[in-house]
Amino acid sequence: MNGEGHIIEIRNLKKSFHGEPILKGVTLDVDANQLTVLIGPSGCGKSTLLRCLNGLELFDSGSILIGGMLIQRDAAQARMDSDYYRRTHQLRAMVGMVFQSFNLFPHMTLLDNIARPPVIVQGVRVAEAREAAYQLLEKVGLREKAGQYPEHLSGGQQQRAAIARALAMKPKVLLYDEPTSALDPGLVDEVLAVMKELDAEGITQVVVTHEMRFARDVAEKVVFLNAGLVVEEGPPEAMFSDPGDPLTRQFLKRYL
Amino acid sequence: MNACLHSNNAVIRSPQRMAILVAACVVCALAAGVASVPCRAQAAKPLRWGADAEGGAPYEFQDPKDPSRLLGFEVDIADAIGRILGRPMRFVQNQWDGLIPGLERSNYDMVISGLEITPDRARVIRFSRPYYVTYEQLAVRAGEDRIRRLEDCPGRKVGTLKGSLAQRILEARGDLEVVSYDGQINAYEDLLNGRLDAVLMDHIIALYNVPHVAALKMAGPPVGRLEYGIAFRQEDDALLQEVNRALALMIASGELRRILQNWNLWTPQCAEFFADHSAESVRADAYAQFLESRVRQDSRWDRVKRYAGYLPLLGRGALVTLELSLLAMLLAVSIGLVLALTRLYAPWYARGLASIYIESIRGTPLLIQLFLIFYGLPHVGIRLAPMLAAILGLGLNYSAYEAENYRAGIQSIPRTQMEAALALGMTRFQALRHVIVPQAVRLVIPPVTNDFIALLKDSSLVSVITMVELTKAYSQLASIHYDYLGIGLLAAAMYFLIGLPFVRLARKAERHFTPASRAAAIGGKQRQTV
Repeated sequence: MNGEGHIIEIRNLKKSFHGEPILKGVTLDVDANQLTVLIGPSGCGKSTLLRCLNGLELFDSGSILIGGMLIQRDAAQARMDSDYYRRTHQLRAMVGMVFQSFNLFPHMTLLDNIARPPVIVQGVRVAEAREAAYQLLEKVGLREKAGQYPEHLSGGQQQRAAIARALAMKPKVLLYDEPTSALDPGLVDEVLAVMKELDAEGITQVVVTHEMRFARDVAEKVVFLNAGLVVEEGPPEAMFSDPGDPLTRQFLKRYL
Repeated sequence: MNACLHSNNAVIRSPQRMAILVAACVVCALAAGVASVPCRAQAAKPLRWGADAEGGAPYEFQDPKDPSRLLGFEVDIADAIGRILGRPMRFVQNQWDGLIPGLERSNYDMVISGLEITPDRARVIRFSRPYYVTYEQLAVRAGEDRIRRLEDCPGRKVGTLKGSLAQRILEARGDLEVVSYDGQINAYEDLLNGRLDAVLMDHIIALYNVPHVAALKMAGPPVGRLEYGIAFRQEDDALLQEVNRALALMIASGELRRILQNWNLWTPQCAEFFADHSAESVRADAYAQFLESRVRQDSRWDRVKRYAGYLPLLGRGALVTLELSLLAMLLAVSIGLVLALTRLYAPWYARGLASIYIESIRGTPLLIQLFLIFYGLPHVGIRLAPMLAAILGLGLNYSAYEAENYRAGIQSIPRTQMEAALALGMTRFQALRHVIVPQAVRLVIPPVTNDFIALLKDSSLVSVITMVELTKAYSQLASIHYDYLGIGLLAAAMYFLIGLPFVRLARKAERHFTPASRAAAIGGKQRQTV
């Protein structure tokens, strides 16, 4: 199960907004081919951590090693070196992101949402990208919606399409920032089902979510963050049945 | 763009830099491939003379029967000079205000346009010997019996032409209200409809505006004295001498007198001045024809025919307006997009320069910008053809407004769209190109259409840099036919008709860019969920 080792190694990651510390030194490993779930109360820094992992936020200090590429910074460094932007760009090539609000491109059809980014970013041939996009749409059950615009789709359909869009870039890791929080309850399961299927295929996924049942049933590892620090991590059975930390216990009580 | 922005920064320090700024912008726009300055070199070397045909009879004016033909006593004098010098004479239309700047920038070789010889003018240009001498003449309403001469005017409103001897005489009196006009027709109109009590103008103008109008009459003796001369550039001494010799020949042979008599302009003052007391006299046929055209009563059918006759000239003007507006708008939307993106995403210094450009363009009148480009740039060695200068002036001006339209449009696209694009590995530029700008475009279609319609109408300003577009065509026609109402409505209708298809087109484009059949707020769904 742990055959490829850690695909992400986060060391002592710190980040403040306007002097308020959000991440206070997060250290965390993510195993390849597994689904890792980040849980924790609002404002604990889960989303910020995720956004640091694909360069949407600059962290203040610490290091991230993803797929063999290291991005690090110490607090004394006033600015990121010029190399940073190049490396952030390379980083994004390895990391896919699924947003809470889907963020599909409203001026493109579903097919174009999925087929055009590889053409623009990776220079994939159009015919090839479209073929791949159809297959991805098939996989998320939206093949017959290929010609539609996002606003004609339900939230669940949009989020599935957003997952397909992220997959089209062939990332090493897929990050999800509360993928089901903006959905009507009835639409949550169809999205989770897709994620479960991807897990079965061995795709590495890191998910920030409040869906505890999903975490317990599907995740290989659950990480509990509180106040900018990792409080506890481990396999879901252990975490949910016998949390070691009183904070974890208190948090889980509200959800289970 | 950068070069242009750099010099913009320098502007703040000295006014001379302003010219360099405009120059740099022009060079940028030129590099963008707008058009090229047409070459004016000619083998036959005709002499070009500049004048304002809107000045009206008897100087130079379009033949009411055939607007493509030019009439006037100065046309006859120019032709006579050409015949004597053995060179073809070519007329160049130029706004009266800009006749001397136009001469200096070599739009033509001389000015023959009722230009009074004054010391002020003689400092920047050189005058030939006078070809006409006249005086100022007061005119009042026919029923007016209190004003018999200028001395009866204290406290009255007296109209005159801007920058004329009459204006100086009136202002020197200090006991009456001076109202200055750009054109004589408007002054006499205002006298007729009671806005003025009297009009003081060159006798030659009064002669062509008063006697045949029943409601007006001349009053009082000659006031002052003035001479018309042909203007040349300081350095064109040889040409000046040649023309002076030609004028001397015309005076000696009586040709000048015959031309003036034909136009009923030969006065005792002229006879005195040219020392030509010949008893020989030709009939004032030209004057008679002018009067006939003026007092003619049209039947309804004649009037329809007359209006139809204006259409070719107005149509040509409309085409110029359309061409000019389209090209200027193309320039404006292109530069505007670059400016908007610079202002939003470039490093801070470029952002600052873009802001300075936008604010200084928006904060100064288009008219002054046009003058700077057309008459100012030649001082730093850049001479642009009128069409090119007009496109640049309008295009650069509107680019500032378009930039702000785009900026508003881009800023109203949710931030998450940029994040999603970046997260997919796009560069910032790719994200703008493929994700942000296409969405912003449909948002800015309505304000940009609005600006295009505004530009279409603002294009009338370029008549000041010698362009004969729709408004200029209108005012030329109106001034020869004394019909500001009918021709004005005709011209207004043409503006409306030019703009209409674009409004339609814009509506179609908006629908095209909106994927949903319903007219939902664009990106509304996206924004709600953020």
